[in-house]
Amino acid sequence: MSTSKIAFSRRGFIRTSTLASGGILIGFNLFNSCKPNAKPPVDLAQLDYKDFNAFIKIAENGAVTIFSPNPEIGQGVKTAMPMLIAEELDVAWNNVYVVQGDLDTVNYQRQVAGGSQSIRFGWEPLRQTGATARQMLVNAAAARWGVDASECTTHEGVITNAKGETLGYGEVVADAAVLEVPENVSLKDSKDFKIIGTDATNVDMDKIITGKPLFGLDYKTEGMVYASVLRPPAFGQTLESYDDTAARASENVIDIIKFDNKIAVLAKDTWSAMKAKKALVAQWKADEELESTEDHDKILLALLEGNDVDVLRADGDVKKAFAQADKILERTYEAPFLPHNCMEPMNFFAHVTPEKIFLVGPIQTPQGTAAGIAASLGRKPEEVHLKMTRMGGGFGRRLYGDFAVEAATISNISKKPVKVVFSREDDMTDGIYRPASKYKIRASIKDGQITGYHLTEAAINGNMYGLIPNFFPAGAIENYQVDAANYQSKITTGAWRAPYTNFLAFAEQSFFDELADELQIDRVQMRLDLLQKVKGTTDDRIQYSPERLEGVIKMAVEKSGWGNKPDHIYQGFSAYYCHNSHVAEVADVVMENGEPVVKKVTCVIDCGIVVNPLGARNQAEGGVVDGIGHAMYGDFTFKNGVPSSKNFDTYRLIRMKEAPLVETHFIQNNLAPTGLGEPTLPPAGAAVANALKAATGNRFLKQPFTKQYELMNNTKKEILG
Amino acid sequence: MPTYSLNLNGKTQTVDVSEDTPLLWVLRDQLDLVGTKFGCGIGQCGACTVHIDGNAARSCSMPISQLAGKAITTIEGLSHDGSHPVQQAWKEVDVPQCGYCQAGQIMTASAFLAKNASPSSEEIKNAMHGNICRCSAYNRIHKAVEVAADKLV
Repeated sequence: MSTSKIAFSRRGFIRTSTLASGGILIGFNLFNSCKPNAKPPVDLAQLDYKDFNAFIKIAENGAVTIFSPNPEIGQGVKTAMPMLIAEELDVAWNNVYVVQGDLDTVNYQRQVAGGSQSIRFGWEPLRQTGATARQMLVNAAAARWGVDASECTTHEGVITNAKGETLGYGEVVADAAVLEVPENVSLKDSKDFKIIGTDATNVDMDKIITGKPLFGLDYKTEGMVYASVLRPPAFGQTLESYDDTAARASENVIDIIKFDNKIAVLAKDTWSAMKAKKALVAQWKADEELESTEDHDKILLALLEGNDVDVLRADGDVKKAFAQADKILERTYEAPFLPHNCMEPMNFFAHVTPEKIFLVGPIQTPQGTAAGIAASLGRKPEEVHLKMTRMGGGFGRRLYGDFAVEAATISNISKKPVKVVFSREDDMTDGIYRPASKYKIRASIKDGQITGYHLTEAAINGNMYGLIPNFFPAGAIENYQVDAANYQSKITTGAWRAPYTNFLAFAEQSFFDELADELQIDRVQMRLDLLQKVKGTTDDRIQYSPERLEGVIKMAVEKSGWGNKPDHIYQGFSAYYCHNSHVAEVADVVMENGEPVVKKVTCVIDCGIVVNPLGARNQAEGGVVDGIGHAMYGDFTFKNGVPSSKNFDTYRLIRMKEAPLVETHFIQNNLAPTGLGEPTLPPAGAAVANALKAATGNRFLKQPFTKQYELMNNTKKEILG
Repeated sequence: MPTYSLNLNGKTQTVDVSEDTPLLWVLRDQLDLVGTKFGCGIGQCGACTVHIDGNAARSCSMPISQLAGKAITTIEGLSHDGSHPVQQAWKEVDVPQCGYCQAGQIMTASAFLAKNASPSSEEIKNAMHGNICRCSAYNRIHKAVEVAADKLV
C-alpha cells in the first residue's frame, strides 16, 4: 500500500481566520501538502495567508465552499479532490460548493498540475485537512457546552453531544476560527466513508450543459484584441521576408507585428484576425534540409540495429541467453507522431503593463509558464498574475506554455490586452507532438522457457524515463535488457497522454501474444507464470505489484468470458501497469461483411479505492476508446517539414460509430488510490491488435492499423468500431 | 459594414459585421454567446452546432448573410435553465469529461430527437457520428441520447 505521508505539521500548513462577512476561512497549501518530499517554501513561523493556495470556507449559515486550485482538464479532479475534504469534514456533498481557485493572484504561484497523480498525492493530506477542520468545529462546540470534545459526534454538518443537544457548523465557526489548530486528528476507517466511493456528478455540469463561459476561449475583457499568428509552415524554416499590405487593408485589422520568426495579426474580432492572416504573404527559408517521415523511418530503424544506445536496465546476460537459445522471436513495432487535438484549440490572454503581467487561460503548468514569461520579458516573477480556466482537453499539450508566451510577447509589443487564438490548422500544424518511435523486441526460448528479453527503443528527441524500463516483464525474466536511442529532430515533441507507455504497451503486449504462440501456451497463463517469478522481489525499482496485476488479469478472464466465447467472437488480451495502476483489457472483434469490427472491450482496473466511481468509469471508458482510436486511425507524417494533416477532414479521430462498448470493473480493495487519467489507454491498442490477429490472421505491428490493413489488402477496406 | 438582423433564441438581434462572417463568430465575439464552441472551422467536428429552423447546423460554416428570416437556436436558448430533456439526460448520465464539445453534442441530439423520438441504437450512432468527443465519452453520449428519448416520450 502506497500512502503519501504529509511531511509537515498541520500547525504550519493549516491556518484559520474569521471572515468579515461572517464564517471561517481555513487555508492550506495544497501544492506542498500533496508533494510528500517537498521542502517548506518559507519559514513556517512566518507563514502568511498568501502562502496558501486552497481554502475551505464555512459560512455562518453552514454552507461549505471549497476553493480548488488545481487545473481541470477533464480528468475530474475538480470534483474528486474536494470529495476527499468533504468526507472528513463530514458535510453533505450536496451542500458543498466547489469553486475553481480565483483568489489573490499571488497565490497562483504554487499550483500543481499532476498527470494521473493528483488523487494519489492528495489522498492523505486532503483528508487530514478536512478532519482537522472538523475537529476544530467540534472543539468549539464542546467548549461552548462545557463538555469533552470526545463525547461529541458529527453528521452532515451538525455536531451532537451526549445529551442529544446539537449545534450546526455555521453556529460555531466564529469560535473555531480562534482555536489552536489540533495536531493529532484521526481519519475515518474506509468502511465509514459516506462520500468517497459514491457517484458524484461533475461539479461544472450545469455550466457545461447550458453553455456558460467556462473555458479559456470564452474569456473576454474590455478592450481586448484578438491575435492570429502566422508561424513557419515547415519545421526548420525561418522567416525571410513578408508583405502585409493586403492584410493591413483587411477589415477590422488593428496592427501587424513581427516577433520571434512569426507574424501576428491583431484585429477587433477572431474572424477578422484569422481572415487577415490568410492575406499575409511570407517567404520562408531553411538553412538545413527539411525532415520527412521517410527519413525518420530509416534513421530510427538504423538506431534499432546500432550500438549507440543507453542501457536503461540490464539483468543477467542477454547476449549469452540469445547465443544459447533454441529459438529467437524478434519483432519491430512502429508508431507515428501524433497531434493532441484538444477540442479547444490553444489560446491564451495576456495584458502586459508597466505595473504587471496579467494572464488568463487554459494551462496545465501555471507556475512554470508564469516564471518563463517573467524571464522572457525581463520582469520579476511576482509581477506575473495568472488565472486559470477550465480546459477543453489537455492530453499533455497544455503542459507547454508556448501559446501563453506568444500572447505575452504580442501584448508586450502592442501594449494591448491580447488574446491569441489558434485556428484548428495552427493547432494541428504547430504542435508539440507525441514523438514517432519504434521498438525492437527479441526473446530467446530455451527448453520451452523464455530465457532472455531484449527491448530497444528508438524515438524522436527523447527516450522513456523514470521507472518505465522496470515495468512488467522486468523482474520476471532472468536475462533482461532495455536499451534506448534517439534522434534529435526540429519537429517539436512532448508528452502525449501516457507518454511512451501509450505505444510501449502496444509493442510488448502484442509481442506477448506471439511469444505465447511460440511457446504453445495459453497467453493468459504465460503472463501469470511470469508474474509468479516476480512475487517477493526485493528490487525496489519494480513498483508494479505482481499480485495486483494477477488480480486484474484473473478478473478480466472472468468478466470477459475469455476462452468461452462463441466461435464468431475473436478476443484479444492485454494487461499493463503504468501510472501506479494495474489494468487488464479484453477486446471482442467480430467479422461483419468480411470486415473486422471491434464490438466491446472489457476493462478491469486496480487503482485502489475509487473516490468517485461515476467519474472514474468515464475516465476508464474514455481512455480505452481514445487508445483504440489512435491505434486504428492516428496517422501523422511529415514531408519536408510540413505535417500531412491540418484539420479533421484529413486527420481522423475516432467517432461514435467506431467506438466499442466499454465494460469497466474495478478491483474492490482498501488500498490508497492511484492514477486513472492515463492507465486504461496503453493496453487498449494491443487488446485490439491481438483480437484482430485472431479474427483476420493479420498481425498488426505498425500504427495506425487502418493504413497497414489497406496496404495488406490493397483496398480501401477498413477496420470499423 | 452591413447590418444584419437575426432571429436568435426567440429575440431579434442586430449586428454590424462583414457578410462572410460565420454565425459562430457573430455569436461568440459580437453577442457574447460563448456556449457555441469553435473546434475546426470547417464543419467537421460539430462543436459549433446550433439549430437553424429546427435543424442541426454547423455555425462555423454558415455566413451571416445567409441567415435572413431563419430561426436560430443556440445552447443558451435550448432552455432557460438547463431543463431541456436532453440537457437533463446529459446531467443524469454525467456525460462530460472536459466538457468542451458537449454543447454541440446536445444541440445535435436535441434536433435529432425532435424528429425521431424513439430511435434505434443504430440511428443514434448515425445521428451523433458527426460530433467528435476528443475525450471519447461516446458510450455515455449514446446512453444519454437514449435517456433523453425516454424523457421525451
